[in-house]
Amino acid sequence: MKWHYALGALGVLFLGTGHAWGLFFAPPEFMMGDVGRILYAHVPTAWNAMLVYLFAFVAAIGTLWTSKSSWESWLVGFVEVGVVLNILLCFQGAMWAKPTWGVYWDWDPRLTTTAILIALFAGVLIQRNLFHAPDKRRIITGVTAVIAFVNVPIVYFATTWWNSLHQGLSSPDTVSNPMHWPLRVSAFGVLFLAVAFSAERAKQERARLEREDTAPTLPLAQKQLELGAE
Amino acid sequence: MPESTSAERNIPHWLIQTWQILVKDLVLGWRTRAKVVAMVVFAGTMLLLFSFAIGPNNTLLAKHAAGYVWLSALLSSTLLLSQSFQVEGESGALEGLLLLPVDPRAIFYGKALANWVVLSLLTGLVLVGGFFLFSVEIQAHPLRFVSILLLGSAGISAPGTLYSALTARAQAQQLMLPVLLFPLVIPCMLAAVKATGFLIQGDPMDQGGSWTMLLICFNLIYWALGGVLFGKVVDE
Repeated sequence: MKWHYALGALGVLFLGTGHAWGLFFAPPEFMMGDVGRILYAHVPTAWNAMLVYLFAFVAAIGTLWTSKSSWESWLVGFVEVGVVLNILLCFQGAMWAKPTWGVYWDWDPRLTTTAILIALFAGVLIQRNLFHAPDKRRIITGVTAVIAFVNVPIVYFATTWWNSLHQGLSSPDTVSNPMHWPLRVSAFGVLFLAVAFSAERAKQERARLEREDTAPTLPLAQKQLELGAE
Repeated sequence: MPESTSAERNIPHWLIQTWQILVKDLVLGWRTRAKVVAMVVFAGTMLLLFSFAIGPNNTLLAKHAAGYVWLSALLSSTLLLSQSFQVEGESGALEGLLLLPVDPRAIFYGKALANWVVLSLLTGLVLVGGFFLFSVEIQAHPLRFVSILLLGSAGISAPGTLYSALTARAQAQQLMLPVLLFPLVIPCMLAAVKATGFLIQGDPMDQGGSWTMLLICFNLIYWALGGVLFGKVVDE
């Protein structure tokens, strides 16, 4: 059994347990009531989206440093999963914002930052798909990922000065005791699943890069076709 | 061959190369000045379009003038930046430049500085045009506008030059440059708009200084990062 399948299964187990705990057994939130239970999905997604981007940054440094396709594959896996988590984060935030703030979207620093992050990291993936030369593509992906990550704190800082409505950062210390355990369990569930999905995508990407390496170049393929025809 | 002076011998070699590339790009820019004129016309048209979008309300236009001016400058900057590596790309001159013992940092800083000079001039013209069109009454000292203008333009130039090199050989450069650059320069735009806004409308709480500091930090980070990463970008 591949290790990441086991990790994925563990992630489903943790996520299921954390969510069931948060939905059915944890007390409702003091101010928001049952609406506040989206905390168990939203906050773990937020933490892990940022964590996965950090992993992507490390993989980008590794890619630029070593020029190895294994680092590059992990980079692609992490950026893709990071973007998916980021999009999920925006939707969950909108669902939470409507009943609590009265609007789906507000120009709050954290909302604005997450929206900009989608554009930054989606740009990495789009740009990657426009290059066919493997070396150039690897460098482009690494450089754009490093720049995108470096920009995260600057964007957050700028948008915080610009406007602020979002509540303070949630952590196990800022939520009461009966709520922080389902939050922790859900967070580990999302983390395990995110790493498992990233590993699977990295595996697929590695296989694709290897196929690309061993594939005959166009003139050679053409020659083979011509020889076959003769 | 003329002997180098003692002052020249003390300057790092890559700085001399940076200066040479900067001069080369500015001369090329001057020879193809029709492109710069086209950018100015484009930026002016953007200012007009913003006015039409808001309506003929002078108070509202003057209030948001800083935003319109910087957006016009940003949108026009892509025209300049997308051309930045075109000459080198068309004739394989970049490969030629890299075959010479030229430090990649010199290429980056030379080109980024040339873009900064042109972009600052463009933004200056847009700023004057915008203030004229939107009936903005300037309260602060003009030198303070110039400092924000230089910092904002530099904040677009450094990452813009790096991304221009990155996308130079992409299939869809015209599309990819803004897709990558615009989200990246949001903090710079935000800071430039806010700082300019405070200069226009007055700054009783003295908030403009913090935005200027953010602009300086943004510039320090991306001018340094550009120098480090550019070698990798042109290596392949």
